[in-house]
Amino acid sequence: MAQPRADAPSKIILAESDLHRVVDRIAHQILEKTSGATGTVLLGIPTRGVPLAHRLAARIHAFEGVDVPVGSLDITLYRDDLRLKATRALGKTELPPGGIDGLRVILVDDVLFSGRSARAALDALNDIGRPSSVQLAVLVDRGHRQLPIRADYVGKNIPTALSESVKVTLTETDGADEVKLIGGLT
Amino acid sequence: MIKHLRSAADLDAETATLILDTAAEMAALSGREVKKLPALRGRTVVNLFYEDSTRTRISFEAAAKRLSADVINFSAKGSSVSKGESLKDTALTLQAMGADAVVIRHSASGAPHRLANWVDGSVVNAGDGTHEHPTQALLDAYTMRSRLGRLDGLKVAIVGDVLHSRVARSNVLLLTTLGAQVTVVGPPTLIPLDVAAALSEKTQVSFDLDAVLPDSDVVMMLRVQTERMQDSYFPSAREYSRRYGLDVPRLHKMPEHAIVMHPGPMNRGMEIAPEVADSPRSTIVEQVANGVSVRMAVLYLLLGGK
Amino acid sequence: MAYLLKGVSILGAAPTDLHISDGVISAEPAGQDAEVIDASGLVALPGLVDVHTHLREPGREDAETVETGSRAAALGGYTAVCAMANTSPVADTAGVVEQVWRLGREAGLVDVQPIGAVTVGLAGKQMAELGAMASSAAGVRIFSDDGFCVADPKLMRRALEYVKAFDGVIAQHAEEPRLTEGAQMHEGEVSTRLGLTGWPAVAEEAIIARDVLLAEHVGSRLHVCHVSTAGSVEVLRQAKARGVRVTAEVTPHHLLLTDELASGYDPVFKVNPPLRTRKDVEALRQALLDGVIDVVATDHAPHAVQDKECEWSYARPGMLGLETALPIVLSVFGPKWELIADRMSIAPARIAGLDSHGGDLTRAGTPANLTLVDPAARWVVDPAELASRSRNTPYAGHTLPGRIVATFLRGEATVLDGKAVK
Repeated sequence: MAQPRADAPSKIILAESDLHRVVDRIAHQILEKTSGATGTVLLGIPTRGVPLAHRLAARIHAFEGVDVPVGSLDITLYRDDLRLKATRALGKTELPPGGIDGLRVILVDDVLFSGRSARAALDALNDIGRPSSVQLAVLVDRGHRQLPIRADYVGKNIPTALSESVKVTLTETDGADEVKLIGGLT
Repeated sequence: MIKHLRSAADLDAETATLILDTAAEMAALSGREVKKLPALRGRTVVNLFYEDSTRTRISFEAAAKRLSADVINFSAKGSSVSKGESLKDTALTLQAMGADAVVIRHSASGAPHRLANWVDGSVVNAGDGTHEHPTQALLDAYTMRSRLGRLDGLKVAIVGDVLHSRVARSNVLLLTTLGAQVTVVGPPTLIPLDVAAALSEKTQVSFDLDAVLPDSDVVMMLRVQTERMQDSYFPSAREYSRRYGLDVPRLHKMPEHAIVMHPGPMNRGMEIAPEVADSPRSTIVEQVANGVSVRMAVLYLLLGGK
Repeated sequence: MAYLLKGVSILGAAPTDLHISDGVISAEPAGQDAEVIDASGLVALPGLVDVHTHLREPGREDAETVETGSRAAALGGYTAVCAMANTSPVADTAGVVEQVWRLGREAGLVDVQPIGAVTVGLAGKQMAELGAMASSAAGVRIFSDDGFCVADPKLMRRALEYVKAFDGVIAQHAEEPRLTEGAQMHEGEVSTRLGLTGWPAVAEEAIIARDVLLAEHVGSRLHVCHVSTAGSVEVLRQAKARGVRVTAEVTPHHLLLTDELASGYDPVFKVNPPLRTRKDVEALRQALLDGVIDVVATDHAPHAVQDKECEWSYARPGMLGLETALPIVLSVFGPKWELIADRMSIAPARIAGLDSHGGDLTRAGTPANLTLVDPAARWVVDPAELASRSRNTPYAGHTLPGRIVATFLRGEATVLDGKAVK
């Protein structure tokens, strides 16, 4: 996938306050769709899925006082493009103390694009336990799916060109909350 | 990422730390029910062992298999190696078989360097002569870091036959790269004359184990082969043991937090007393377990990407 | 065949015409039928003499033969080489030395002067029949167990004494064997880093010190092969100052290369004695300039591919030298032609007792053993292009100064236009 150059023009899609609203909305949707988030575990996909999962859990707790266990699921070793790029460092895989067996797992990621990361996450999940069901929550869905995968919770749909890229930054990882569209025609 | 791991000198601090961090993740993953990871599916790892070393071979084999690589064991016994086939011809055979990595154990120093000229795949040194054993040093560093929480500033004494020890060479190089302060200790006959100039200017040398112990965070005992005695490196096993063996009184001279390491196989009663080897301060069994995680990390980082 | 070398510079002197006829330097033009060679810009040197060559025949004809080694020598500017005794069978009898001598004559490219073994089978136990070799057709003058040291001090003393009867000389491979058991390279920083067993400098120096004392004690001549350390130079300097009759050689590789080259474990750099440190190299260069070391000798040691394309520890020690010796010396010392002629021709001929070599090219009647060098030419060493049967040159890919254009042995060209005539 061609990446836009660093000096390519960029446009802010979600500013800080928008991003917070979007996270709040996903939290509400999860509460709605899962009857109060009982029997649910949030697993963030490193890097930015992990702080997102923690934020969702915090918002859910703020809205309804429910404590949803949070963990992380690194998918690096399960990626189908491992060999196409330089070796990547591994992220952390940390399951909550109660594990995931018999629970509803919601995978949390920043951007849904080809669907390959979600596929890798399903494979990784398969090797660590047997959840009762798996759902997917993403901050941004930019389209261009290459696999039959869809998200259950989408913060914002952003139609993009293939020549563009979506850059999510979060305070925890990057020092600021923002979603930018980079490259393409402006 | 580097292509080969022939020497601990191939690793800068950043790469070495990446290996240790990756090994920590691998260790976390190996606690699960399904231990296999798909990262090296379709890749072929050859274990080319010219010396018997069941423990090292098994460790590499387990590491490669947990990453789903195909493993071919090519050992000196029962293969064309014992019929006198040259390393180069063997290399060309492995090349034709499509080996993505060759893990080589050899009695000749530098054999991995030679092999790397003749195969396209990665070469991992699993111990060459009296030269190096870099994955042993990595697992030792990993063990120190998990027991003591850091490597930077750690005071490590490496005790014994430094002259003939591939473990010592790799450890001096790697540990100093990672900021530890290494002192090599042993009889002067078993400490190379130019050790500091050759390996790292920061390396210190001592001939007095008792003086070094109270100020050590880690004491690594090296295996001392009794045949060195015949070659006048020291007069007798008894004298060696008295001057450089780690016994219980010496264990008590070490700080409370300090750990005892040994790459194995041990000569109990020679360089290490049985009570010391089996004490809670000893990490000897941990070292073996950590070996698989570290080797998984090395294989993944060498072979996982493009 | 008569030759006229037009405009040649003898040892760097002003251009002149040099006439060769009837195998000698001639004062007069030979006449119409002399072949004229335009030698402008070329330097004439007395034909080089190597007191230390391994021709491998008999026994390892896959690595070199007397013929291929002779051709390599001629192409390197040599007119005489002394063939070391460590063949198979060992040159420890009149029969073997005569065979090598005869093969040299048949090849006809250089004078091949066999060296006889000091001890039977190079085993260091029993003196070989030195007298029989001396009075054989080969007329052996130099005796050496090269490859091995004559380590037994009593045997060394006896050998030094014994060869006085026929003006022989013992050429010692100075290596205390107990100090070099299992040795793979120079003992120092690099050997420690590489985990290769060290060959300590003192193992050479101790033997040289012992042998100069022995030679002094019995009043004999001693020649020291391939001196490689600064410490050896000091021992020799003191011995010579005292008047001990000792001569010494240094190889081109010890004048240039250092032990750092072992770092990649390529056995093309494995040699005995091993490559040493920069400090040793500097001391050896100075010693050659001072005359503490008398000659440059190649220690040309061809090895079959399989003996080098292997693990360092399993590889045989040795390097090719004949075709690169003069260019290496030129690159180290520059165009010091008088020095080069002395250290590579005149002095070695004297040590080996080869009276017809190393002569004065400006004097009529001198045997026409000479070589023409183009000092301005530069060439890249390609192992595949060398005339030696083996490929183990440490200089592959090096650009070297100085090309041998022609070599004459007793007035007959062995090399013309940089190519061997046969």
